[in-house]
Amino acid sequence: MLFTSYSFVLFVAAVLLLYYIVPRKFQWPLLLVASYYFYYCADTKGRYLLFITVTSVVTWICGIVMDKIGTEGDAYVKAHKADLSKEERKAYKAQVKHKKNMVLLLSLLITIGILAVTKYTNFVITNINSFLKPGNAIRAMDIIVPLGISFYTFQAASYLIDVSRGTIKSEKNFFKMALFVSYFPQLVQGPISRFGDLSQTLYEPHKFELNGFGRGLIRILWGYFKKLVIADRIMIAIKPMITITDKYFGTYVFIAMLFYAFELYCDFTGGIDITIGISECMGIKLKENFILPYFSKNVKEYWNRWHITMGTWFTDYIFYPLSVSPRMLKLSKWSRSHLGDKLGKRVTVYLSCFLVWLATGVWHGAAWNFIVWGLANYVIIMVSQELEPLYAKFHGKFHLKDKPGYAMFEICRTIFIMSCIRLFDCYRNVPLTFKMIGSMFTKANLKVYVDGSLMELGLTAADYTVLVIGFIIVLGVGVYKAQTKKDVRTELSKNIPLFCLVCVLLVISVAVLGAYGNGYDSTQFIYNQF
Amino acid sequence: MKKSKKIIIILAFVVVTAVLLWMAQRLVMPKYQKGIIEGSMIEEYYGDKAPHEVVFIGDCEVYENISTVELYEKYGISSYIRGSAQQLTWQSYYLLEDTLRYEKPKVVVFNVLALKYNEPQSESYNRMSIDGMKWSSSKWNNIKASMTEDENMLEYIFPLLRYHSRWSSLTSDDFKYMFKKDLVTVNGYYMRCDVFAEMDFPPAPTLTDYTLGDNAMYYLEKMADLCEENGVKFVLIKAPTLYPYWYPEWDQQVQDFANSRGIDYINYIDIRDDIGLDMSQDTYDGGLHLNIYGAEKFADSLGEYLVANADLTDYRNDSEVNAMWEEKIQRYNDLREAQLLELEQYGELRSWGMNAVDN
Repeated sequence: MLFTSYSFVLFVAAVLLLYYIVPRKFQWPLLLVASYYFYYCADTKGRYLLFITVTSVVTWICGIVMDKIGTEGDAYVKAHKADLSKEERKAYKAQVKHKKNMVLLLSLLITIGILAVTKYTNFVITNINSFLKPGNAIRAMDIIVPLGISFYTFQAASYLIDVSRGTIKSEKNFFKMALFVSYFPQLVQGPISRFGDLSQTLYEPHKFELNGFGRGLIRILWGYFKKLVIADRIMIAIKPMITITDKYFGTYVFIAMLFYAFELYCDFTGGIDITIGISECMGIKLKENFILPYFSKNVKEYWNRWHITMGTWFTDYIFYPLSVSPRMLKLSKWSRSHLGDKLGKRVTVYLSCFLVWLATGVWHGAAWNFIVWGLANYVIIMVSQELEPLYAKFHGKFHLKDKPGYAMFEICRTIFIMSCIRLFDCYRNVPLTFKMIGSMFTKANLKVYVDGSLMELGLTAADYTVLVIGFIIVLGVGVYKAQTKKDVRTELSKNIPLFCLVCVLLVISVAVLGAYGNGYDSTQFIYNQF
Repeated sequence: MKKSKKIIIILAFVVVTAVLLWMAQRLVMPKYQKGIIEGSMIEEYYGDKAPHEVVFIGDCEVYENISTVELYEKYGISSYIRGSAQQLTWQSYYLLEDTLRYEKPKVVVFNVLALKYNEPQSESYNRMSIDGMKWSSSKWNNIKASMTEDENMLEYIFPLLRYHSRWSSLTSDDFKYMFKKDLVTVNGYYMRCDVFAEMDFPPAPTLTDYTLGDNAMYYLEKMADLCEENGVKFVLIKAPTLYPYWYPEWDQQVQDFANSRGIDYINYIDIRDDIGLDMSQDTYDGGLHLNIYGAEKFADSLGEYLVANADLTDYRNDSEVNAMWEEKIQRYNDLREAQLLELEQYGELRSWGMNAVDN
């Protein structure tokens, strides 16, 4: 059931209706049933359901066990405060922590193990085969990759780690846990919620509130506008440019790069808007996943604004634990003594960052393209960081930062860099991507812009007009938000007739201009595959 | 904000959205007023006020081959053709069911060529046959029976979902005929005045199985039952055109069915000469369909049979109905004049037919 399918729209309408009809204590159980039904529709053989249920059961049991170990440990220490020496208490606490870590390790092995086996086995086999003679090649396995497994696994893992750290209490009700893992609006493309955040509103009874519902509705419509009117339309032109590479090189790569940047933004943020909008209609709050990413002045800032919940997940659960792990601390000590204080203390940061970006690349997909993409991000961020003193000197001398237009230059530079490395997402393999990026600089053919070639990409003049208008609207909303620091929806909701007018215009635009239905290859949301 | 004000706002929002969506739908739906006009035929029926004692049901072999005006002028038979392009047997059944909601004809004549199709065929033909139907259980069931794999019920309920992509190819006709369309037929008859003599058809291909499909035969059976239940005489015909082929094996199965149900079945291919058809003059597309000259001859022959076998009213003696038919005859004659004029001017029809252009 794709977000863009009629069945999904009808499904959501039915869920919203039932949500406010059933007694409030049944609202969250209704969502659980709806979520499992949604997931069942993705694979009517029930295999996906099996995977997500296993993850939910393991997460639930291990959470309770870790919580119990912690609670009993605390109780024991409290009860024997007078009997135990400080060292004994410390040793006992370490023992408790060790037990919890063992349970955590086991639970992560199972949950992340499922993710690793389903998603990466064939990638590993393919790479092993490249070292083997053709006759000895290992046969690829017929493994299904459950829809949205990366998202719900990360969500479950964050819960387990948070329980082991004691930052949240474990959930005793299995069905509530099952809902946390499977909550349908965010199941296939995030945001990756934390239990501590989501549980505050997910299980609460909600009374129908027109304002909240209206805000949710307009966000859903805005999401569909970006997805169906812009992203799916522009994808029609991108497809030939990234697949017929012997024809579309040079300037076409540059065009594809910009188109893809716009497409991906509208696709992904559109999907998140629908997810958050549906939740808002039910009074459930989800974390924002994008805050004007294309207004970032550098790559680091960009990653603080793009796919925020994924970024913070990697920071909180990989980067920080890695940085303060005993082995890293040991390495830090060693590097400082051998490389000097200045360089030595950076070694662990480099290494942790490297591992985080490697993991980020692998998470995005089982292909070298994604790994190289992740590492390219790493290199750019590290180089920028290292060059910072140089920048400071430069700016100290030329004072460019105060000049009008410099901020715009920084924004354009960031968009160009991010769009450029995102081409790894587009082309078949890594060498081809490098070749195509190279052709952008060496085989530019500027005639393409004026000789009508753009009309041969599957889009008509009317389509380009829609895209230009769509771009202006999306940009306008972004600029307004960036300059006023105000939420457009909040401002609109102050003027009810205007709010309704915008809703009506969005409904009509999506219904008439949307690239959906027969005749269109309704593109799946790009992030569904992760 | 007061609760009542909130309710008014919500209602206004819903109503305005619905009205705008409906208007957008009217705008983007194909109008079938020029070129391919077959999509207009089904809905025209609902606007016709005259009583219809004879209703013809079927595909192009009825709506192009039978002149309803000739039937009236010569025999006083007030008839209507509920036909559309490649109208499948189940579509004919549901159109019959639909027709019986509005009137009870004395005779229903079904052309059997569509029995060769046992499964849904093409979305575009489905649309032309179904979109024009008024909403009822018959339309719903017709859609269910007719949908191909790629079609979706929701797109029939809200055609905007299917046709929205036409927004970029709208013409002035889409605005002109947004709310009201011109009639493209005369009581379901689609007139062509040009002449293109019958050609030699390729030899009939050998089939692996000559059995008419059970689905098609099931709906034929249902049509017979429905007519019986409603006291309507049910007649089967095969129009006198030779192509697409009508195999003797199929003919025999239909004959057997007719015999078993006590229904008349007339295969006009066998009696083409009796009708007086001259296929060098009476067809406009090489023998696939009849032109007005052929359609009038075929109507003469059909009328003779109908008058002899059914107790039909001669509506020429009914002033009220006659007045209605006078208008139709006038339109029929005007249409003929316009086509003949164009033929004289250009040697071919340019404003009618699939590739019609604006003059």
